[in-house]
Amino acid sequence: MAANKKIEFSEETLALCHKLIKRYPEGKHKSALIPILHLAQAEFDGWLSPEVMEYVASILKIQAIEAFEVASFYSMFNLKPVGKCHLEICRTSSCWLMGAEDVVRHLEKRLGIKEGETTPDGMFTIKTVECLGSCGTAPMMQVGADYYENLTLEKVDQLLDRMKASGKRKSYTDVAETRPL
Amino acid sequence: MGKKLLLEHDHVPGINSYSVYREKGGYASVEKALKTMTPESLVEEVKKSGLRGRGGAGFPTGLKWSFLAKPPGVERYLVCNADESEPGTFKDRYLMERIPHLLVEGMITSSFALGAKSSYIYIRGEYFYVAKILEKAIEEAYANGWLGKNILGTDFSHDCYVQIGAGAYICGEETALLESLEGKRGNPRIKPPFPAVAGLWGCPTVVNNVETIAAVVPIVNQGGEAYAQIGIGKSTGTKLISASGHINKPGVYELELGLPVEEFIYSEAYCGGIRGGRKLKAVVAGGSSVPILPAELILKTAKGEPRLMSYESLGDGGFITGTMLGSGGFIVMDDTTSIVKNLYTFSRFYHHESCGQCSPCREGTGWMEKILHKILDGHGTLADVDLLWDIQSKIEGKTICPLGEAAAWPVAAAIRHFRSEFEDYVKNPGNIQDVKHYYRLNNLQPA
Ligand SMILES: Cc1cc2nc3c(=O)[nH]c(=O)nc-3n(C[C@H](O)[C@H](O)[C@H](O)COP(=O)(O)O)c2cc1C
Ligand code: SF4
Ligand code: FES
Repeated sequence: MAANKKIEFSEETLALCHKLIKRYPEGKHKSALIPILHLAQAEFDGWLSPEVMEYVASILKIQAIEAFEVASFYSMFNLKPVGKCHLEICRTSSCWLMGAEDVVRHLEKRLGIKEGETTPDGMFTIKTVECLGSCGTAPMMQVGADYYENLTLEKVDQLLDRMKASGKRKSYTDVAETRPL
Repeated sequence: MGKKLLLEHDHVPGINSYSVYREKGGYASVEKALKTMTPESLVEEVKKSGLRGRGGAGFPTGLKWSFLAKPPGVERYLVCNADESEPGTFKDRYLMERIPHLLVEGMITSSFALGAKSSYIYIRGEYFYVAKILEKAIEEAYANGWLGKNILGTDFSHDCYVQIGAGAYICGEETALLESLEGKRGNPRIKPPFPAVAGLWGCPTVVNNVETIAAVVPIVNQGGEAYAQIGIGKSTGTKLISASGHINKPGVYELELGLPVEEFIYSEAYCGGIRGGRKLKAVVAGGSSVPILPAELILKTAKGEPRLMSYESLGDGGFITGTMLGSGGFIVMDDTTSIVKNLYTFSRFYHHESCGQCSPCREGTGWMEKILHKILDGHGTLADVDLLWDIQSKIEGKTICPLGEAAAWPVAAAIRHFRSEFEDYVKNPGNIQDVKHYYRLNNLQPA
């Protein structure tokens, strides 16, 4: 994030925050913390810096440490910068049975980085994750909100090309590709 | 094919929209409940139905509902557990994605029975797009008068919200879920008090799985007794099974409880047999936490009777020769599978997901993962196999929540039924090369 960029939600997001807070009884607004951290991660470059967590805490009128406590517990929150496309490959049983390791190896070779690393252009990060509820369509990976299932190495190549061409950040809150039912 | 109560219309185009869902008889249970039943009579119907929690533990739902404390002037809550993080399980996602209104309808009808003015659907963060689908369905329900103030002109008012998590298996445990819903880390609470007495924000709360709440709809529509006629013995009704692994037709199947396991695996109506015509080696029948069974024991009980898809039959023989229906995450492995490596993926999972509050779970899961890694790396000894057994045996019953046990059981079962594989790994480490090792062990030719 550029050092001089001001940490402040857009008006639209701020309105959404206040709408979220109203879902809970009076005084129980801390319940909005996780949803708002998601919004913050999406709006501020895909990760939660200490400044961003402080900002979220100020909206909810809680201590910054409370936001950090929560952010550090949940695996979807990134406490360090990640690539624009965070490739999250499931590595648990069903996906492993169906070749998830081949997918990871292929990604590592194609992108020239290891699991856990980010490409120098900041475009891709490879991460292995635990079961994402897509075991019947294994192997799979999630990038932002999108599930890519029944992966083959060719499919992976096409996806990488498409993401690279678009150059856009993919975030969890951004339900972009509609899934055919 | 057996009876379908939840997925009857799952392939009807547009069933995810309000209009088509309503055309197919949707929201009838709300009408029936609010206009012709009392909360007490509704709880009675659910008791009669014999419905058991579909989240994993199989606790009778009617009984759970009747435990809900009702101190005057205190809010009560219904919370739907849509965390679905048990490896091998993806049925709730399927149901919510395809027929979101079925869950919304179940939330309203169930909330009426419990006297809850608000309810929350806690869904795992990774299912963000499903949360959007649910929010749209809820909006449509409000627009058509099924949610909000004075529903159908009665004095029952209700609001339903979707709450997203952020990636933590432990938040499927009901008290961790409530902590998370309160905006905190997902650390399970010490029980008692149980949520029925002090749950969300200290108020009496019922936490139920997505499928459990959806099943309330056919129970109210048809009556508890009719529902109890379906299934077998104390396993009433239908169950959604998520089938994955080495089968020809992975997917979500609704089956009448009591279907023979063999039919489920081999029939074209369900899994369609093992891929490539290979041999079945083992099955994890109810999600990663339940004991794995070798082919002989999953197809037939130790008594030689056909094993059925039911709570009782899968449990037959206890953990020595049986397993559990659990969440219905049915993972099938063919004869090329390394049981040691599969177990490693489970142990790594539990270590990653332990919340860290209890030493036996926090340390035990880490040790089990490390030892399995060592064995897979070719540096294991026979003493390591014994140590694994020893560690798993020291977790059960010594932790705040059942995640500890869920981590221990798969280790115990893998060693119990496949000890020779572990021994082969430590005796012949030179052969360990992922799958190749198992081709050799089973005298198979690599494809
Ligand atoms: C570690 C752990 C994870 C769990 N995960 C889930 C889950 O993802 N979904 C679920 O419905 N129940 C899960 N449960 C069970 C819940 O604690 C609870 O029993 C269930 O939601 C009750 O609903 P039911 O009676 O309708 O099954 C989990 C339990 C444990 C110990
Ligand atoms: S058993 Fe494990 S997950 Fe459960 S409370 Fe203890 S440390 Fe946390
Ligand atoms: S094991 Fe990969 S999505 Fe479930």
